[in-house]
Amino acid sequence: MALENDPIERSAADIARDVNAGTISASEVVEGTLAHVDAVDARVGAYLTILHDAARERAANVDARVRSGERLPLAGVPLAVKDNMCLTATRTTCGSRILEHWIAPYTATAVARMLEAGCVPIGKTNLDEFAMGSSCENSALGITRNPYDLSRVPGGSSGGSAAAVAAREAAIGLGSDTGGSIREPGAFCNLIGFKPTYGRISRYGLIAFASSLDQIGPLTRTVEDAALAYDAMAGHDPMDATSIDRPVEPAAASLRRDLHGLRIGLVREFDTEKLGPDVDKAYDRAYAELKALGADLVEVSLPTADYGLATYYLIAPAECSSNLSRFDGVRYGLRVDADDVQAMYERTRAAGFGSEVKRRILIGTHALSSGYYDAYYVRAQKARTLIARDFETAFASCDLIACPAASSPAFAFNAKSDPYSMYMMDYYTIPMSLAGLPALSVPCGWVTPAGGVEPMPLGLQLCAPLFAEPLLLGAAHAYERATMHAVKHLPLVVSGARA
Amino acid sequence: MSSDTIDVRYVAKLARIALTDEEVDKFGAQLGDLLAHVNALAELDTSLVPATAQVVESRNVERDDVVIPGLDREVVLSQAPQRQGAFFRVPRIIAE
Repeated sequence: MALENDPIERSAADIARDVNAGTISASEVVEGTLAHVDAVDARVGAYLTILHDAARERAANVDARVRSGERLPLAGVPLAVKDNMCLTATRTTCGSRILEHWIAPYTATAVARMLEAGCVPIGKTNLDEFAMGSSCENSALGITRNPYDLSRVPGGSSGGSAAAVAAREAAIGLGSDTGGSIREPGAFCNLIGFKPTYGRISRYGLIAFASSLDQIGPLTRTVEDAALAYDAMAGHDPMDATSIDRPVEPAAASLRRDLHGLRIGLVREFDTEKLGPDVDKAYDRAYAELKALGADLVEVSLPTADYGLATYYLIAPAECSSNLSRFDGVRYGLRVDADDVQAMYERTRAAGFGSEVKRRILIGTHALSSGYYDAYYVRAQKARTLIARDFETAFASCDLIACPAASSPAFAFNAKSDPYSMYMMDYYTIPMSLAGLPALSVPCGWVTPAGGVEPMPLGLQLCAPLFAEPLLLGAAHAYERATMHAVKHLPLVVSGARA
Repeated sequence: MSSDTIDVRYVAKLARIALTDEEVDKFGAQLGDLLAHVNALAELDTSLVPATAQVVESRNVERDDVVIPGLDREVVLSQAPQRQGAFFRVPRIIAE
């Protein structure tokens, strides 16, 4: 049973405070975390690579910095890094055979900033191959289980980072979100899953999937920790031409106690009745909780949001087909030899990519090919404009939008064999991604799914206008503190029950 | 809008992915199904709508033309599937 003073149970904010105060060392925190990882990760499968030596070395370095008088916002905080982000001299696989043995020659800016802020990398976490999926089942390198019910998926694609933080194998997990890949696993694993505004956090060193949508963000057990991680990572980076060059308002200073004076929009088109009576009731309760905290609930309309999935499944595969053309067996990764270079390309990519990645490359190549470009790709980009305009109109009459973070709670392995049924999981998160908006998932209740025995968490998605991260995190903090849904159940691997 | 069929063999050739016959059948059916879904976009009137490549402000990004250190050549080449001296080695491209 994890105790409240157990370092693995504590928030990043608490760990950093104590390490800075000298009441515990980063090395002690990291040893405790590594011992816990060694005890539980065989069951959870959050990590593809565990960095015992690098973590100890980094922790000693943090302790030296603190002893020399430095105060670090994330001193000694154990960090899980999704394995599509580069960490120098460390294996970075993207959950793919094609990069299974690739050693990154440099460190992603977001990771470097977390390390500079005092974080200690515990390991690299599992993901759907190249971040394409919603369950981690598309990883070629391992199975990750939901710490709240090991027969269920952790969500995806950032499922390894989500499972790591939920199972107390790290205090902060880094994920990447292209259409929901932080928010959906956040919801499935009872966490805050936060995707900032597109361009707020540098993508340098994040292996590209769909460049106009990809965004790095944190998975944490508290909103305050998400704000601390955001404050550490956000800001311009000359190494990423799409990173935004404007000042960052710190979010950790904007946490609120209530929602008085805020208008929160409920989306007319997002009817939760179709999600089943239990889930429907849970969201109704969540909206009532927002109102009880002082928010003024207003109805807003996103008439084009229903086309989000269709828009996304043209734009994201088109960008992926272009980005993944670099994996050709020439400069890095897997090569399958052949007599001529053309056959080498084709065999390497056939052996290196899994089915979902191949599907997306094929659909993207089709959508960009001569004769189809205008009908598919350009039309999708125009639909994207309409979706973004819908949000602009909605935000004229509200400050935040509230809606589900996923189409269901965590489902069982192999439950979504048809690709489109898997894509539907991101129905509520994709429109925000297409519009580049900051959005997060915050725990809002528990349901026991049909056929399941364990109560599983649900996530409420909150979405704000571009660059309104402090408002978004501030409101989420008020909701989290008032409702405390997240702490109602402990994950099995931590509580010891039936684990 | 376009039809719901996709010439998987042709597209796979463009994408430089060798497919088995089973994959051609499987992906053909799955991608046809997906195209049927995305064809719903034809219902939207986009005739007067500009395309959006990226939502957040975009501009040309320039920097001073100064030499900055790049990655170490040996570190990068250490990841090559096959190398020859300071070069990546690949199978023959031009026939003899």
